[in-house]
Amino acid sequence: MQHSMPRTLFEKIWDDHVVDELGNGLCLIHIDRHFLHELSGSAALMNLDKAARKVRNRELTFATLDHVLETTPGRGMATRIPGGNDFLREMTARVVAHEIRFFDLDDPRQGIVHVIAPELGVVLPGMTFICGDSHTCTVGAVGAFAWGVGSSDSEHALATQVVIASRPKTMRVNLEGALRDGVTAKDVILALIGRYGVDGGSGYAVEFAGSVVDDMQMSGRFTLCNMAVEFGGRTGLIAPDETTFAYLKAGEFSPKGGAWDAAVSYWRMLPSDPNAVYDLELTLDCSTLDPQVTWGITPEQVGGLRDPVPVHARRTTSVGRASYARAIEYSGVTPNMPVLGLPIDGAFIGSCTNSRLDDLRAAAAILKGRKVASGVKAICTPGSTSVKRAAEAEGIDLIFVAAGFEWRESGCSLCASGSAGGESFAFGGRVIASTNRNFEDRMGTSVKAHLASPQTVAASAVLGRIADVRELEAAG
Amino acid sequence: MKKFTRETGIGAVMMLDNVDTDQIIPGHMMMKVGTQGFGDGLFANWRYKADGSNNPDFVLNRPPFDEALFLVAGHNFGCGSSREHAVWAIRDFGIRAIIAPSFGAIFMRNCYNNGLLPLVLPEEEVAALSKALTEQGAEMSIDLEDMRVVSPDGRVTGFTLSDIDRQRLLGGLDQIGVTLLRDDKIEEYQRLDHLRRPWVYDVPG
Repeated sequence: MQHSMPRTLFEKIWDDHVVDELGNGLCLIHIDRHFLHELSGSAALMNLDKAARKVRNRELTFATLDHVLETTPGRGMATRIPGGNDFLREMTARVVAHEIRFFDLDDPRQGIVHVIAPELGVVLPGMTFICGDSHTCTVGAVGAFAWGVGSSDSEHALATQVVIASRPKTMRVNLEGALRDGVTAKDVILALIGRYGVDGGSGYAVEFAGSVVDDMQMSGRFTLCNMAVEFGGRTGLIAPDETTFAYLKAGEFSPKGGAWDAAVSYWRMLPSDPNAVYDLELTLDCSTLDPQVTWGITPEQVGGLRDPVPVHARRTTSVGRASYARAIEYSGVTPNMPVLGLPIDGAFIGSCTNSRLDDLRAAAAILKGRKVASGVKAICTPGSTSVKRAAEAEGIDLIFVAAGFEWRESGCSLCASGSAGGESFAFGGRVIASTNRNFEDRMGTSVKAHLASPQTVAASAVLGRIADVRELEAAG
Repeated sequence: MKKFTRETGIGAVMMLDNVDTDQIIPGHMMMKVGTQGFGDGLFANWRYKADGSNNPDFVLNRPPFDEALFLVAGHNFGCGSSREHAVWAIRDFGIRAIIAPSFGAIFMRNCYNNGLLPLVLPEEEVAALSKALTEQGAEMSIDLEDMRVVSPDGRVTGFTLSDIDRQRLLGGLDQIGVTLLRDDKIEEYQRLDHLRRPWVYDVPG
């Protein structure tokens, strides 16, 4: 197909995947890769079987266990959460029956879907990728169109290898300026959400670009795209470059030899054409950002570590004011009080947002030779079994354990506290986490969760209060 | 999938922004493999006290709203987790439509896939509807054939909806069955795409 108009990265991927146009802007979109996990995948497979339908392209379909599986050392195929064993059993039985590639409990490739998909080369530039999980946008960082779906759309894709979708508008977020010491990808995305709100990206495919992104390793790019959904975006994505190709080349399911060369030639054509027009462009000057931490119950309720809790609701409608009042009450904070220094009961490093080797290295650099404050329950769950093993080869596990952190197996763990292993932080506690959602009760009943970078979580764990890593470094 | 044509009944009001799917159904209430029987989990953390009894202050526990057919809400309703259990819980409770200024994108797709209408109205229309439900009576109606909402004060508001989504709700269609009728197109797409992007289909290992 000839395209005379300059196109954006997203438009090129979209155009490549339109199987049919249904009218009203809706299209049948081909799905290049479909990843299943036990929490949403088991229902999709069950319904498919009830309707006596087949998996249309099992070679394009992958599965793992992450959401319900325990992360405690020595775990097995049993979980303490009532009903959880059914998910593990049903998923395994149906995936095996349909001969879908499956990275189960004992497989060294097991891990959080969004961590292992790029690690293994399951997702590649220019692809469409779906999973029954809202953080599927994470893997858009390789230059793919990746988005989360419900079980019904997952079932639809299992049966047909397409889904029905409308084309989102395009947005480019230009992240410019040199980051200060101690400021990470997590702080950048939290600051963006704080500036424009949790629906700032609503209706858009959000492409992250600019000097901050160009200089960023893949781990940071995944963190940015991970929280595109917390920005309201349909997806997040980043143009593939040499950093992307170097990361993907060793992946087990990445193309090999001549096929790799052909793929890279194609992928080099994916970045937006020079004159491509986005529906919206935003620019964030990142050079003045401080490390960020949330204070409320939605990721937009965030500020620099030195900023106080805001005095006013961001939306001044009666609904906006009621929502702000609810956040203040739930979070046990008051307007204008500092967030820095709030005492914590728990610290968590893990989740699809911040659990890659670079994240664990950065946290370990802070924890080395230090101890977690007494009374703080501190847990680390590596993003994949392969991340865990690589970290152990570097002795990172020993640093975490010596500091007083629990060193866990890979999985969603306390970021999915209602399901994974049935674990949660103690009632009403205050915790700091490298995760993506500070929603009410997300990490335990009445638990107040503060989102931050792994570095900020590590420093806070050591000091027993929400802390700035720079004060720890100054203290020596 | 239950058809949606004209519905008249009780409208409950939940005027908060960013009501996420963790609130609509908490994780521990969805630990059952399947797609039915999640009504008891709806808003469980808000609806029940610690001892499991009903929280009398919560809107869906207060007659007549315990039989609500509609829910009126703030911006970005259903944001967060993709869990379709949120929609199954709303549907199983008996709610047929949610009216809000905006919705989480995945939640909206899940609604259409389960016969639930996620109706987007301008913020001021939602505010007026909420006010009327609070002050003038709890009964309202939605007509999907004529695409209009009738508020308790008799005010009629039109809305638009893509014809495909509308027909789907009106007919209660099995989407997979419909898509499978186009399998020749999918086959042809894959044949051509395989030549263009062989690495997508020739997966190593």
